[in-house]
Amino acid sequence: MRLSATGRAAVLAAGLLLGLVGSPPPLPGSVQAAEPATTSKQPAKPPLFALRVVYLGKRYPEPPPLSLVEPILDDKGLQGARLAQQENQLTGRLMRQDYQLVEQILPEDGDVVAAARSLLAAGERYIVADLNAPDLLAIADLPEAQAALIMNVRANDDELRNEQCRVNVYHVAPSDAMRADGLAQYLAWKRWNSWFLVRGEQPEDLRYAAALRRAAGRFGGKIVEERAYQFEAGARRVESGHQQIQTQMPLLTQAAPDYDVLVVADAGERFGEYLMFRTEQPKLVVGTHGLVSAAWHRAYEQFGSMSLHSAFEKLADRQITEADYLAWLGVKIFAEAALRTSKADLDTIRKYLTSDAFVAPGFKGVGLTFRRWDHQLRQPMLIAWRGSLVSMSPQDAFLHEHFATDTLGHDQPESGCRFGG
Amino acid sequence: MAALRLLSSVSALCLLGVAAQAEQIFVSNERDNTVTVIDSVTLEVKKTIKTGERPRGIIASEDKTEVFVCAGDEDRLDVIDPKTLEVVRTLDSGPDPELLDLDPAGERIYIANEDDAMVTVMERATGKVIKEVVVGVEPEGMAVSPDGKLVVATSESTSMAHFIDAGTLELVANVLVDTRPRHAEFEPGGARVWVTSEIGGTVAVLDAATYEPVKKISFAIPDVKPELIQPVGLRFSKDGKLAFVALGPANHVAVVDSASFEVVDYILVGQRPWHIEMHPDGSKLYVANGQTNDMTVIDVASLKAERSVPVGRLPWGIAITP
Repeated sequence: MRLSATGRAAVLAAGLLLGLVGSPPPLPGSVQAAEPATTSKQPAKPPLFALRVVYLGKRYPEPPPLSLVEPILDDKGLQGARLAQQENQLTGRLMRQDYQLVEQILPEDGDVVAAARSLLAAGERYIVADLNAPDLLAIADLPEAQAALIMNVRANDDELRNEQCRVNVYHVAPSDAMRADGLAQYLAWKRWNSWFLVRGEQPEDLRYAAALRRAAGRFGGKIVEERAYQFEAGARRVESGHQQIQTQMPLLTQAAPDYDVLVVADAGERFGEYLMFRTEQPKLVVGTHGLVSAAWHRAYEQFGSMSLHSAFEKLADRQITEADYLAWLGVKIFAEAALRTSKADLDTIRKYLTSDAFVAPGFKGVGLTFRRWDHQLRQPMLIAWRGSLVSMSPQDAFLHEHFATDTLGHDQPESGCRFGG
Repeated sequence: MAALRLLSSVSALCLLGVAAQAEQIFVSNERDNTVTVIDSVTLEVKKTIKTGERPRGIIASEDKTEVFVCAGDEDRLDVIDPKTLEVVRTLDSGPDPELLDLDPAGERIYIANEDDAMVTVMERATGKVIKEVVVGVEPEGMAVSPDGKLVVATSESTSMAHFIDAGTLELVANVLVDTRPRHAEFEPGGARVWVTSEIGGTVAVLDAATYEPVKKISFAIPDVKPELIQPVGLRFSKDGKLAFVALGPANHVAVVDSASFEVVDYILVGQRPWHIEMHPDGSKLYVANGQTNDMTVIDVASLKAERSVPVGRLPWGIAITP
């Protein structure tokens, strides 16, 4: 079987090259069933190298989506990682490389530090972290994690890209600031400059509200009033619940100064869904609900992304979420670095991620690269509502001397990140 | 000598005369589910042909008796008769066909099934599937060598050019190229195959005998951001001396000297030039501009964009028959 034109490194066993995967499983024998038996009786050659990625997650308590149209999922993210693994294996078969994915999902009260310690002690180097900011920092700061690379695919906290940045952490997830800036650029393009900000009181709501305030300042938005929603939404389903909501939302939004759009920050999913069509005045809703700014969206079909949607739906039997896309991208980035360098050692992969040669394909029409000052992945944001894609930011009007995508989030001069050394 | 020179310029004039003969230009319109047919002399629309959903890859058979259109969302090929300008038959292509090529004998169709990591090899006459060859994720570019012996498919997600032996229909090599390879094209002599990489922003030139990369071509246009330079469509001049590369959102077609691999010119066209096609006499190059819904006509001798012709929405690919 001649799957690769270059068979010259065949004598190098993957275990010797790497030393991190005890004994790699044999390479699958053929390229699927379409490959008929060849005349060659040689056993499959060992892979040239093996790359093993750990997907580390935790079952955080998560309120169910308020909308009954949205499914309640317990495998968000993980399925995206699995799709990436499936694609990596196919590549690996063609290139005589071995890609593996280890899944570890901790229970709600699981000890993430202990889990990370044992993974790192077992020689794992590449972690896709579906973890919140405190857990992410806890594992990133482990002494043994200094010899590991961590892809953050969940935490949006701006802090992690500024004062709390870590040199061993790379952010595939967009920051709150990138999200808010993407939305603000579109609102600026529409000249919807007067914003009425309504936010929840969860920590994530306060963070996104802060990012929205910053975005308003950067892109000409004016927050005419900010209001907090103080009630618990309660159960997702209640008999004749709509009647209460119908009267609550006009109360919440009444007597505001004149505004163009209601900007909602309800990352905690307590009430945002209820604002649309119920505001006191007939206004559009944008922010965490209504028109949103996201790294991925099911309604998006540009730049070949339909093939990602259909491959995902075939695998997971459901629609892809932003979390799935980010996990997919996190796993793919490690594999891309190994594929391009033909190596899987930490030093090579680390250097490659922030080299000029690195570009991650993410179906966004431009190559995605890491900012060197904070390790944030540059990426266009999708501006979409439930039914369709409305726009993609950055908007053309906002120029940047290097990367248009650096108009989203914290650009180098304003970054509070210092990697030190 | 002088007489000879006179003779050759007379024959050149004759050739120019032939150029005036009307060809039919078929442009697939991805958004409209149509193919626009344009008269190459008058540049008037002759007909708009309804096709299956999402027509993209389009090619004329070597004998110019059929035009094949990939209708991606219907998992089929629509076959147009260039005489009647009607869809006369459809072929079951396998899932989501995007691009295709025919062997020079006109007997086989090779189809890239974008959604299914496969190349479908089909008998042209009967539509019978001879084999499905598993390649990388999201196959797109498809090219058969001039002697028909070698087939190249590119896979966008896996970033490879896959070489397939047309005799055994086995993969013989997988060559890593830059990110998102879109199109493969053999040089007219068949010695090398050129592969465009959309997100990588480069063209890889691969040796068709050893499969080794010979050269990687990069592009730079003043005042155009590097990330907007996204090579997609590629065609050679009739004599093989120049390669034309459509650069997508950079809104230019690059002209490359195929001997030195130097970029000799950038021609401004419409927005998001995608696939391109050469007039059979080599005098004109036609460019499908996806964002501006038009087709640019480039004069090959002067390397000037001459005309823009409105077509359907999201024009994607071009094929030409008499």
